[in-house]
Amino acid sequence: MFGHVSPLKVYIGIFAALMVLTVVTILVAYVDLGEMNKVVAMGIASFKATLVVLYFMHVKYSSRLTKLIVVSGFFFLAILLTLTMADYGSRQWVNPPAILQ
Amino acid sequence: MHADAHGHAGHGHGAQHPALQHQFETMGQQKEAAVLGMWAFLLTEVLFFGGLFMAYMLYRIWYPDAFVAASTSIDLKWGALNTVVLIGSSLTMALAVRAAQTNQRKATVNWLILTMVLGTVFLGVKVIEYADKFEHHHVPGPNFVWAEPGHEAAGADAGTASDHAVSAQEAANLQNHTQIFFSLYFTMTGLHALHMIIGIGIMLVITWQAYSGRFSSEYYTPVEMTGLYWHFVDIVWIYLFPLLYLIDRS
Amino acid sequence: MPATHYLNNGHGLASWLLTKDHKRIAIMYLITISVFFFLGGLMAAGIRLELATPEGDFVQSDTYNKFFTLHGVIMVFFFLIPSIPATLGNFLIPPMIGAKDLAFPRINLLSYYIYLLGGVFTIYAIVAGGVDTGWTFYTPYSAAASNTNVIPTALGVFIAGFSSILTGLNFIVTIHRMRAPGMTWFRLPLFVWAHYATSLIQVLGTPVIAITIVMLGVERAFGFGIFDPSRGGDPVLFQHLFWFYSHPAVYIMILPALGVQSELIANFSKKKIFGYSFVAFSSLAIAVFGFIVWAHHMFVSGISTYAAMVFSFLSFSVAIPSAVKVFNWTATLYRGAISFETPMLYAYGFMGLFTIGGLTGLFLATLGTDIHMHDTYFVVAHFHYIMVGGAIMGYMGGLHFWWPKMVGRMYSEFLSRIAAILIFVGFNLTFFPQFILGYNGMPRRYHAYPDEFQVLNVMSSAGATVLGFGYLLPVVYLLWSLKHGEVAGPNPWGASGLEWQMTSPPPTENFPVTPRVTTEPYEFTPHVPREIKVV
Repeated sequence: MFGHVSPLKVYIGIFAALMVLTVVTILVAYVDLGEMNKVVAMGIASFKATLVVLYFMHVKYSSRLTKLIVVSGFFFLAILLTLTMADYGSRQWVNPPAILQ
Repeated sequence: MHADAHGHAGHGHGAQHPALQHQFETMGQQKEAAVLGMWAFLLTEVLFFGGLFMAYMLYRIWYPDAFVAASTSIDLKWGALNTVVLIGSSLTMALAVRAAQTNQRKATVNWLILTMVLGTVFLGVKVIEYADKFEHHHVPGPNFVWAEPGHEAAGADAGTASDHAVSAQEAANLQNHTQIFFSLYFTMTGLHALHMIIGIGIMLVITWQAYSGRFSSEYYTPVEMTGLYWHFVDIVWIYLFPLLYLIDRS
Repeated sequence: MPATHYLNNGHGLASWLLTKDHKRIAIMYLITISVFFFLGGLMAAGIRLELATPEGDFVQSDTYNKFFTLHGVIMVFFFLIPSIPATLGNFLIPPMIGAKDLAFPRINLLSYYIYLLGGVFTIYAIVAGGVDTGWTFYTPYSAAASNTNVIPTALGVFIAGFSSILTGLNFIVTIHRMRAPGMTWFRLPLFVWAHYATSLIQVLGTPVIAITIVMLGVERAFGFGIFDPSRGGDPVLFQHLFWFYSHPAVYIMILPALGVQSELIANFSKKKIFGYSFVAFSSLAIAVFGFIVWAHHMFVSGISTYAAMVFSFLSFSVAIPSAVKVFNWTATLYRGAISFETPMLYAYGFMGLFTIGGLTGLFLATLGTDIHMHDTYFVVAHFHYIMVGGAIMGYMGGLHFWWPKMVGRMYSEFLSRIAAILIFVGFNLTFFPQFILGYNGMPRRYHAYPDEFQVLNVMSSAGATVLGFGYLLPVVYLLWSLKHGEVAGPNPWGASGLEWQMTSPPPTENFPVTPRVTTEPYEFTPHVPREIKVV
């Protein structure tokens, strides 16, 4: 037999945690935390995603290579998001010299 | 070089597992290759959906008010129900893989069927949601009209907060920017739904194979691969739900 | 020649069309890619015919727009991106690592058919009247204003992208999990390292252009407003998403050729590549760095100056690993037993032309000079030096090097050297004048130009004619060699590498017994330097 077999209660437990976090994320949307709303929402979503990746997708018990692949996927997505926003975010900073207008 | 977990005795030349493909030396090598391949594929899916998240992020930063208004107009209860349904289907999928791992043929089939049922419920709810959008003219394109639910007339004096005067430009902006929200809404959830349909299709095949006794604790790789794919689809929704439904309901 | 080999093991159309043998799939790709190459070349002929005279008198400007669009789409997506990986990579990676086949043979076949399907959509678009947006499909023109076949073409590219993804995925898993006992990472040929790096880019980058095409498609078909400026959309967002893939795509196109180059230099100097691990890591570095430079295509699109500065600096840094390779090849040649067979002629040409192409890229990475030369023929010359002087020469060199392994026959060395020289001369005559034209201000994608540019344009068109003959000649002598070429043994070049231990052509299962690897790569019999007579 290959592969790690998780006990039933692990799956039930993770499911319960995901349900609780879903309720929390809905409730938090009704509270005005200003900029923190985005942070909290994405934080909760990322935590839920991590639980699914580690336990439902068995990455916790997988090879280092698998873990590297998961991380690198999000790493390159982060590059797309941050470098693009580096352009948009810095457009207001500078008065370009006349030659560029 | 990967060593077979059973040692040589169980895998001499005459005792090869029927599912072992000719290019592999052992079932272990074959399974590791399949797992690596599926993860590489899921990597492509992260970047695929990622482009949409990039567009979403930009426009939410540019048009926060329009995004709040549009998001609040979507019926939360369906989104919440779907989130519970989809996460539930992830649980049943994980249990199907576990059943295959532990040689429980009937349980594998049952959990797979339950997963498909839950997936279909999700899609059914989506149909309801899309129909509602269509009725309210919230489908982007030439027929798009932004009016908050309850105010059916379009224009400067409807669909906006009643306590400040609104210029024609602002009203036009609201029309345009909520249309961008809904463009992203339909593209993101539509693509997600397409992935679910494909997943259910794959599950039909896998369920039939499980029913025919193809899987065992020695060979359950296709079930596990299906599981990985389905969990990924769930993860996409875990992000879509707050981004589309929960921008600001305060 | 062995009695049974992969070419005659199984006869009939079905045995080819339903094959799972990576070698047969490689041959099918080779044939299809060649067809697309000549189709793209036909489009280039249209361009060069028009540009032989300053007036727009050969075709209308709308038609000319279709020529350069289709030339770009076909050459980039249907020739260059698949070329080396799908033909040489598919054929050679399993034997180079000591495996019987790729990890997923059926996915390999599927990837071929997906590529074919994408090609069908593109050919439909040509037959239905072409597309005129440029291969870059910039919005809002492509989304709203163009009345040509944008969606079929974009769909063709989208579909072909999945072929690229599946090939990359297959290679990554194969290289990780199917190496023979003793074949450690640092015993791999550099060809394999190059394809591993290429596959990383294919898997990470291609999905982004796929989703960009989806967004373009829904905008055009349903009137969504994601990139429409009149509705608050941003056309520059399209450019960010498009170039996030399309810049790494150029590394998909060149990295495999860099891998071929390492093989040719080593095997025709009979010497291990100098600085093997540096060259191996430089392939990975190019793959990773290639993802953080894309906005150098957008310096004049309205991006922020600060972002432009960052991308300019990063673009300089990506030149470094490429330079590392050129230095290491040069050091390999030094005191090597170098020779001048056809594959090596292509390698010599590659060294110079790739270097020129790379150096001219630095002018474009520099903000000040890019303002002046963006959208001029300087850019066109720069990327053709890399893609044609680099990638295609690498492809031709590799094709000529491994041809005897693939078909068991040698081609006419005389004709092949003539072709190589014609290609080298024709190439430079075509594209060097374009550097001068661009620097002097001739814009790209225009069907007419001021009279003073005519002399250089005529030179360029003449060069293109020579180049065209140069490319046609191999079709003749390579096909001729199939029946009449001298029979090649397992290792006609005295080269190193597991693939040369197979028969020529190889058996379907590559190795009857899985090899056990105990030697380092590029081991040749000891090299005795020529005596230098001292008077």
